Amino acid sequence: MTVEAPVISGSSVVKLARGVRLREDSVRGRTVLLAPERAMALDDIAVAIVGALDGNRSLDQIAADFAETFEAPVGEIAADVMAFVQELSIRRMLEVIE
Amino acid sequence: MTETLTLAADTGRDSRVPPPMAMLAELTHRCPLACPYCSNPIALMPAKEELSTKEWIGVFEQAADLGVLHLHLSGGEPAARRDLVELTQAAASLGLYTNLITSGVGLTAARIEGLADAGLDHIQLSIQGVSPESADRISGYGGSYERKIAVAGWVADAGIPLTVNAVCHRQNMGELDEMIELAIRLKARRIEVATVQFHGWAERNKGALLPTREQADRASQTVAEAREKYQGILVIDYVPADYHSTYPKACMGGWGRVGLNVTPSGRVLPCHAAETIPSLSFDTVRAGSLAKIWYESEAFNAYRGEDWMPELCRACERKTIDFGGCRCQAMALAGDSSATDPVCIRSPLRERLTRKADQLSAESSAALIYRGR
Repeated sequence: MTVEAPVISGSSVVKLARGVRLREDSVRGRTVLLAPERAMALDDIAVAIVGALDGNRSLDQIAADFAETFEAPVGEIAADVMAFVQELSIRRMLEVIE
Repeated sequence: MTETLTLAADTGRDSRVPPPMAMLAELTHRCPLACPYCSNPIALMPAKEELSTKEWIGVFEQAADLGVLHLHLSGGEPAARRDLVELTQAAASLGLYTNLITSGVGLTAARIEGLADAGLDHIQLSIQGVSPESADRISGYGGSYERKIAVAGWVADAGIPLTVNAVCHRQNMGELDEMIELAIRLKARRIEVATVQFHGWAERNKGALLPTREQADRASQTVAEAREKYQGILVIDYVPADYHSTYPKACMGGWGRVGLNVTPSGRVLPCHAAETIPSLSFDTVRAGSLAKIWYESEAFNAYRGEDWMPELCRACERKTIDFGGCRCQAMALAGDSSATDPVCIRSPLRERLTRKADQLSAESSAALIYRGR
């Protein structure tokens, strides 16, 4: 069967797939990302990245915006964003817009 | 940046009981299918004893307060409940991640639209095989295969994410490759390949369903290859044949650690087969709160921690990985629910189980005893 997995690069625009959502977990006092049979506890950085996956900005733009906001090197941030987004993509938690 | 909560519950020496992550609500035992491995008990609950709409919604509210994140609406066939959309709406409005586990029979395009509008997060649709002949023979329901294919199309049209559930056993394991491809064609994002577990109805069909060792090895190989081939396309969750495994499964992620089951009449169980352990009695949501049952009931505390474990498990480094294995399986195979799961290579009963498994899987009989018939 020939089906292609999405290729994600810095110019990709993505958002959370339907059925994947952020939720405040007040009982455990954390933010969780919920997906089928999965609950991931996210730290503040991961929450910020998920929040930025708005389906409008590319991953490069998101990294540049973070670099400005947090006054951090854009290369490092871009690598963090890409690693996290790749992880979500492998788990089928993302919709690739373009 | 992330950690899986179910693993996080186990860190450190903290002996406090963590709140439950997931609840399986068995809304009904009614089901048009008659799968010979059904996980429902042999004694099926009649409709008149089922919790009412209001009672179920009350249970969902308690579950959300208790910390449950994932709610699985199951059965029987949950679509047999006329209030399914209403129950879904109530669950979703509480913020519960709401998943419908269904055979597809009883769902229409309109009803699936209704579920999507009610906020259903996800659907798990079972398949029994890759052709009408093989699938309908296992489900005991003519036309079920065609219906499921139609349902998958309606689910995709409604935009609800889909997982295909494939229970594997000796009679369909040869189709595993095709089941994985079927899941992709049905636009599923995930497939759960679960080798049949021998409780309840499946126990009665062991001679016809137990895979051979060769089949089990091949299935593991197929899954490993497909995971690589379809990375980013299809997530594959896999439960191997535990009679042919070296170590037992971490059943339910540990007794009373991660999840709970509520039966159609409101009895609260640590797992769906727990009622096969005769020394335990189970409380019902009609008589007490879910929180009290989770934290304080005798049944939920029976196999928490390690005090209950035999020395073999208590001294073993795997006790925090598989928690001594499955209590119901220990009951079924060792006659003692506190024994080491006989699947474990370190169990004194393992050799006997291996001989038994080889003997059962060599049986040529394919005659099935159907659920409820």
